[in-house]
Amino acid sequence: MHTPRHRPSHARPWPALAAATLLALALCACGGTADGGGNSADQGPGTPGGTYTVALTEPNHLTPGQTTDSYAIQVIQGLFDTPVTLDPKDGHVLPLAAASVESTDQKVWTVKLRPDGVFHNGEKVTAQSFADAWNAAAYGPNGWESNYYFAQIEGYADLNPGKDQQPKSDKLSGLKVVDDTTLQVTLSAPFSQFPMLLAFTAFAPLPRAAFTDPKAFDAHPIGNGPFQMDGDWAHDQKIALTKAPAYAGSRKPMADGVTFKIFTSKDTAFTELQAGNVDIMTTVPAARAPEAKRSFGDRYSVRPSGTMDYLGLPLWDPRFKNPDLRRALSMAIDRPGVTQAIYNGVFKPADSIVAPMIPGHRDGACGEACAYDPAKAKALFDKAGGFSGPLELYFSNSDPTYEQWMTAVANQLKQNLGIQDITFKKMASADLGPILNKRQGTGPYRQNWVIDYPSMQNYLDGLYNPDNRMGWSDPQFDALIARGNAAKDGKDGLAAYQQAEDLALQQMPLIPLWNWQDQSAWSDKVGHVLIDPYVTGLHLDQVTVRH
Amino acid sequence: MGRFVARRLLHAIPVLLATTFLIYALVFVLPGDPIQGLAGDRPVPPSVLAELHRRYHLDDPLVVQYAKYLGGLFTGDFGTTFRGQPVGDVIAERWQVTVRLGLTAWFFEVVLGIALGVWAGLNKGRWADNLVLGATTVVIAVPVYVVGYLAQLVLGVRLGWFPVSGGDAGWPAAYVLPGLVLASFGLAYVARLTRASLVENLRADYVRTADAKGLSRRRVVIGHTLRNSLIPVVTFLGVELGSLMAGAIVTEYIFNLPGIGQQVFQSIQLREGPTVVGITTALVLVFILANLVVDLLYGLLDPRIRHD
Repeated sequence: MHTPRHRPSHARPWPALAAATLLALALCACGGTADGGGNSADQGPGTPGGTYTVALTEPNHLTPGQTTDSYAIQVIQGLFDTPVTLDPKDGHVLPLAAASVESTDQKVWTVKLRPDGVFHNGEKVTAQSFADAWNAAAYGPNGWESNYYFAQIEGYADLNPGKDQQPKSDKLSGLKVVDDTTLQVTLSAPFSQFPMLLAFTAFAPLPRAAFTDPKAFDAHPIGNGPFQMDGDWAHDQKIALTKAPAYAGSRKPMADGVTFKIFTSKDTAFTELQAGNVDIMTTVPAARAPEAKRSFGDRYSVRPSGTMDYLGLPLWDPRFKNPDLRRALSMAIDRPGVTQAIYNGVFKPADSIVAPMIPGHRDGACGEACAYDPAKAKALFDKAGGFSGPLELYFSNSDPTYEQWMTAVANQLKQNLGIQDITFKKMASADLGPILNKRQGTGPYRQNWVIDYPSMQNYLDGLYNPDNRMGWSDPQFDALIARGNAAKDGKDGLAAYQQAEDLALQQMPLIPLWNWQDQSAWSDKVGHVLIDPYVTGLHLDQVTVRH
Repeated sequence: MGRFVARRLLHAIPVLLATTFLIYALVFVLPGDPIQGLAGDRPVPPSVLAELHRRYHLDDPLVVQYAKYLGGLFTGDFGTTFRGQPVGDVIAERWQVTVRLGLTAWFFEVVLGIALGVWAGLNKGRWADNLVLGATTVVIAVPVYVVGYLAQLVLGVRLGWFPVSGGDAGWPAAYVLPGLVLASFGLAYVARLTRASLVENLRADYVRTADAKGLSRRRVVIGHTLRNSLIPVVTFLGVELGSLMAGAIVTEYIFNLPGIGQQVFQSIQLREGPTVVGITTALVLVFILANLVVDLLYGLLDPRIRHD
């Protein structure tokens, strides 16, 4: 459930989100044949026209605010223009439906829209189109999946009261439509990363038709993006898009259309790619890596993703209280061995809480605590007083590789630390989620994180916020996050987040394991295949077709 | 005859009620929260959770939920999936795919299975017999997904004789290969069953009598022996029709056919009570009807078994 990415080729300064200087950028720094670093994107035809197919898994919804599912996002990216997008090379904010997003205090943000935006049905895109969409998503009783993305906007609590209470309002008090092209957003606290959030699909505008017949809209969404629907969504079969004639934005498509073919089995999808019936696949299973390399050569690529796996520890259990013991567990795990054996070396061992492609990531931030050293681990383990009783490992049955790596980790803990009694708690994710959220687990668990936006803050706040699953709390950490969120200058903000990361790694309530990588492969019929690691994923507008 | 059918159909009502309740209860007693499961590792705000629980009656006690579900059924409402689609529409859309696949597979089992069985039975002990016995042993021993992926790779990708996956090519092109894969196990079983039954009956007294009367070999085999030998085969084929509809999960997954099996698999994972119950009910109906047809066929095959 994530999108492929590439690593920035060299460290770049964090884009200054400084006061009043934000995003006054030249239009479309992403046009033409922008090559996404390490992409063989410059090959293939350069003429417009033609259509191509992309393998996909059935999404749950196609109305932007109703979904956070990565497959849905891949389609919605083609149908809608969000206020901003992220540069495929380093993730800095670029204007899209908005001309600028500015703030002087990181709390009150002004979103200026391009004046020429239109929906596929001819309706004008106005500030109201955005306000309507955001209010609908933030209104609890609608039950929309992206609801919590709006939690930082003032008035969110009035739309999402506690159990058995009526919401006081169905409009966010922090959203003010100033005029057709100006939307003022007031947050409940300063948040320097807010513009990044606006690249997420839930912040796309909605036309009036989305509210008059929501069901029909979900099957045939009307967006403001480079592509429009070609016929209704054929569930579990296909979603066809065609070039939107009225589109005047910065992502003019090269191809005339794209069809998403929907597969239940990724193996079958890969077989179809080999047979030449599918042109692009961005989620080649790790197990097929050797085959993909052989069959596709330079039309196969591996990109680091923002997705990470961790081992979470239940700190409410006194046996896990000692940070030395937690570090010992971490050092007893052979990350390179596991990623090689189970993920064909496609996934990379983690040495930080955040993925390498995230601005502010430091190689080796975790130091020796994430390096495999059985002797040191054992010494530390004994110093911490060892571990008594059974060790229960929690994970879901959603994917067979979870059990495989848990088995490997269990064996390493047995051999290196002498923990003899290890049992598995394997269950459906419907069971696991509530247990972990209510802190009812009795042992370490698999924790996965897919990024919403490429910021250190997204990991640190998402995984270690006061309601975290580990039951870990540290006022100093919370203060550092708040300082980063309120920072006027990108560099200051980053420094605060890095200090917070150091603190979390020192305490080790959550053990970083590995960073996912995404494998893509494509047929020789298409060129300029640019897949970025951020929200956009595959840039549908840039693909060219031999026809 | 008519009374027998009516009685059997009346029997189906309590059976259906019992099965739907049982499935509903099974889905219900599973711990955990399906809505939280949908979100994976993401937090679900309490307000959204409360709303979705209300929408899918997840907070009601089991009996109340079931009553609401039954009440919906009587007004033609099968409930909605978590994706917001009416379950009735989902079943209607997917049913055709599964019926096509199931009938295609069933056709192969009936025609090829019986033909191979007769061929082996009439040539007992010769090479034809050994070939059929050997081949069916291999097919029964190999798991269906191995057969499926191999067939897809060799016949679909390498040779290009069939579409690799999906139902776009329509019937029959898109269904022949998955139909054969789905039928493989049952086909082998039918062939062996037919052969065994035929060999047994060819030694019977009435066959010797028919031979002695000077009837043609063909009359003896088809009219006398085969008719009798098919009773166990028909029993199997009747139940098999239901099993094929229910058992297409793996085949539909490999060949990416959007049928009932695929949906059941997804819905069980998501804990979509109404969807699972709706589909199961439809399958139970298929089983009940298939059994009824089998019982009626007995009468045609063997006049001594009559339902008067």
